[in-house]
Amino acid sequence: MAYPNDRKYSTDHEWVRVDGNVGTVGISHHAQDALGEIVHVELPAVGKVVKKGDGVAEVESVKAVSDVYTPVSGKVVAVNDGLDGNEGTVNSDPHEAGWLFKVELSDAGELAGLMDAGAYGDHAGNDF
Amino acid sequence: MPRRTPFHEYHRDAGAKLIDFGGWEMPVQYQGILAEHAACRNAVGCFDVSHMGEVRFRGPQALRAVNHLVTNDVSKLAIDQAMYTAMCNDHGGIVDDLIVYKLGEEDILICVNAANREKDYGWMKAHNPFGADITNESEQWAQLAIQGRHAIALGEELLGRSLADVKNYWFTRGSFAGVEGCIVARTGYTGEDGFEVFLPAGAADIVWNAVHGQGAKFGLADIGLGARDTLRLEMKYCLYGNDITDDTTPLEAGLGWVTKLDKGDFIGRDPLVKQRDSGVPRRLVGLEVADRIPRQHCAVVHGGQVVGEVTSGTRSPSLGKNLAIAYVPAALSKAGTALEIDVRGKPAAAQVVKTPFYTRPY
Repeated sequence: MAYPNDRKYSTDHEWVRVDGNVGTVGISHHAQDALGEIVHVELPAVGKVVKKGDGVAEVESVKAVSDVYTPVSGKVVAVNDGLDGNEGTVNSDPHEAGWLFKVELSDAGELAGLMDAGAYGDHAGNDF
Repeated sequence: MPRRTPFHEYHRDAGAKLIDFGGWEMPVQYQGILAEHAACRNAVGCFDVSHMGEVRFRGPQALRAVNHLVTNDVSKLAIDQAMYTAMCNDHGGIVDDLIVYKLGEEDILICVNAANREKDYGWMKAHNPFGADITNESEQWAQLAIQGRHAIALGEELLGRSLADVKNYWFTRGSFAGVEGCIVARTGYTGEDGFEVFLPAGAADIVWNAVHGQGAKFGLADIGLGARDTLRLEMKYCLYGNDITDDTTPLEAGLGWVTKLDKGDFIGRDPLVKQRDSGVPRRLVGLEVADRIPRQHCAVVHGGQVVGEVTSGTRSPSLGKNLAIAYVPAALSKAGTALEIDVRGKPAAAQVVKTPFYTRPY
């Protein structure tokens, strides 16, 4: 299976899909697989201003915690409240229902520095 | 080249996720930690624990030599009885935690932790004033832990006789799955009923296939190191390297019950007596933590001061609570004491609770 090509990816295994001026951010299949079953998610406060590369969220499996670095700068305009009690959605559907937060982009030019699906697949392996 | 157990190919073929554990390539999970944890709590699980080491003490001085090395009193053991104990250094710190099996009056088998195999064997050889015959048999044995409410029924099928009659921390020897020379002990590291079987490494295939063939109808699941850790953590069983180390004493670690200061001299006794008499300064406690999952090395905070450190932590799959094991000052170790844990810069409310955290319902 290949990674969806409607979005960009970071080397840290986050994805961002842009709709208008808002980027939806999540972690990749590869990231959730490496982490294992996710049992806790810490999301940023809506309204928080974040800078590309900041650790703004955390996803935790039974064994480990992993920072989620925002791949884009801007203001957090929404978080995925539906994950509360359903954290496993990040495992089962990391690219859609398992999204984490939305950022109103302050610099759309940052997207050019991210990988497309083909490059990310080479980076992480298209082995799913 | 990582070290591998005789069951390695079964793990690989099952699609297990393999990780390095103290130089060993071991399965951390098969189907997933949560499902494996539940399978062990609700049915029966099979753990490859062949990476654990075995050291044999033989000869007329065997029992005396072991009693000189460990904190518990092995002179109290009957043949076919086992005993959990710590083995201390000269400062009373824990070299390892062990299970001692009395095979005969002049024949003792000791099971040691995987990461400590060489350290322990070296320590034992270097502290053998009575001249016991000590051999490292780690390569000769494979070991499976079968744990869960159906473990005894499964074990009895493979043993061909009663295992329910073998009491907790006793063992029986003989043919298991048709393989001679096995040791089947009513021990475990999960809080479930069950047993652990030592088998000749060369018979690993026969035993694996028999356990899985007979185990299917009981819902047997393979369990990796991930669930092994969550299962033992719910019982507050110590993990060497996390909760106990060369720098923690058994009295601090809640292992006073296996520390027999009046049994006669043993390595580490003097500093332990001193610690007992002057007051044990810190104690290993169980904590329930609100909102956040505590992790190893998180600071324990009280009144704005760092007073201790988390040695193990997780989200408990059975209880749905965030659990920590931590060293705290003795004065703050009573159940009900309110503390905080610094979880990556954010404080989380914590409370000392009675342990084990989990009690099996049968």
